[in-house]
Amino acid sequence: MKIASPKMPEAALPQPLTPNAPISAARVSIRNLNFYYGANHALRNINIDFPDRQTTAMIGPSGCGKSTLLRVLNRMYDLYPGQRAEGEVLLSGENIISPGLNLHRLRRRVGMVFQKPTPFPKSVYENVIFGVRLHEKLSKSELDERVEWALTRAALWGEVKDRLNASALSLSGGQQQRLCIARSIAVRPEVLLLDEPTSALDPISTLKIEELVDELKRDFTIVIVTHNMQQAGRCADQVAFFYLGELVEAGPATQIFTAPRERKTQEYITGRFG
Amino acid sequence: MPDEPKHIVASFEADLKKLRDMIAVMGGLVERAVADAAAALLTRNADLAASVIEHDPQIDAEERAIEQFAVRLLALRQPVADDLRQVIQALKVVTDLERMGDYAANIAKRSIVISQAASRFSLSGLGQMAALVQQNLKSSIDAVGEADPQKAIAVWGADQAVDDLYNTIFRELITYMMEDARSITACTHLLFIAKNLERIGDHTTNIAELTYYAVTGESLPDFRPKGDQTSAYVHANPTGHQ
Repeated sequence: MKIASPKMPEAALPQPLTPNAPISAARVSIRNLNFYYGANHALRNINIDFPDRQTTAMIGPSGCGKSTLLRVLNRMYDLYPGQRAEGEVLLSGENIISPGLNLHRLRRRVGMVFQKPTPFPKSVYENVIFGVRLHEKLSKSELDERVEWALTRAALWGEVKDRLNASALSLSGGQQQRLCIARSIAVRPEVLLLDEPTSALDPISTLKIEELVDELKRDFTIVIVTHNMQQAGRCADQVAFFYLGELVEAGPATQIFTAPRERKTQEYITGRFG
Repeated sequence: MPDEPKHIVASFEADLKKLRDMIAVMGGLVERAVADAAAALLTRNADLAASVIEHDPQIDAEERAIEQFAVRLLALRQPVADDLRQVIQALKVVTDLERMGDYAANIAKRSIVISQAASRFSLSGLGQMAALVQQNLKSSIDAVGEADPQKAIAVWGADQAVDDLYNTIFRELITYMMEDARSITACTHLLFIAKNLERIGDHTTNIAELTYYAVTGESLPDFRPKGDQTSAYVHANPTGHQ
């Protein structure tokens, strides 16, 4: 499935926030990151880069810290007392875990899609434009263009263009998840975080999301958490294996799935993990 | 691999073991075919040679069964890492084994002709070559079964001795043919037999390379010690004039 690029006036097209950043340079660099849920040391001295416009899959057993790392990347942990991060998480060179950071701006730069589709009980149109209204002042025609752009990039435009005012809750599960992706990319983030985005979807909807991830990485840096090894192999350029809060191994997907360097990685991905 | 923890899915573990067992069975059949073909040649035993030819379809059938089983594993289990490498190794090793079976059958066919010809040539060189090839073949199949990269490296490096013997036999047979044109038919058969043994040696090193990759995830270097120089052999003085 190939998704046609939408035809839009250049001025209305979202531009990368740092247009001169070289492709394949690290969009996110994590250095000596430690994270604590109160006394629980959940991430231990993590060092990893997420290359620009590439997909990184994070794998590992439940409780290994991969979802915690996603929560660090958009400072979701700030919503909960007693949780704290130490170290550096550089997004385009800026340390996003420093206390003075503008969280409002950060969450525009780092979009997130959850395990289960989370559409707002509003129309399809309003769902897509919800975040845009918070961050930008656009005319009606610009908003219309942004909605069409985001829905087209999320491979949903053809299916919903005639019912933009219908409730988002009337869409199927797979469509709702693509709507959530459209909502996330509508605000022109630099990084898109996907937390097990297909675990609640049927196989065809899953493949549509995987195809979409492949398309979206042209414009965004994607970090996906998945329990599906084949999905990690299909979608990701880079795979990172976490265990007990530590990054055991990170490398090209081909290497991780044909000849992992660490025995623990090998045992986990082959299903020999006790 | 044997020293690894068990797979969580017991039936997958059983499938991988079955794959290893099937290769061991096919390897045994090929070892037997090569040994019998060599014995048939050296002892001029046409009946034994006929039995090698008769049993070759069994080797082919084993190859097809292993291929089908490996394809099923790929389709249903989607193996990764060392499991994936093991299945890929199986798929490629059976091709090498099947070809070795063909070479053994060819040696057997030619040995029938040789057994009927007058005994004018010493076969000790071929006997030595056959013994070395059999030893390497056994080691390579053991390396597969034991997932032993060190044994694989030893086999990989041992083929040069086979090539050296092949060069010697090649020159020896050329000399016989130059001396007496009536020996050309028998010597040509012997030449092909030597070449078949040399090719079996090459396939043995393929199995060693595949085993090393399957166990370690790394490839052996492209360069392998090789000694077969016969393809560059040019008669210095084809007219025979001094």
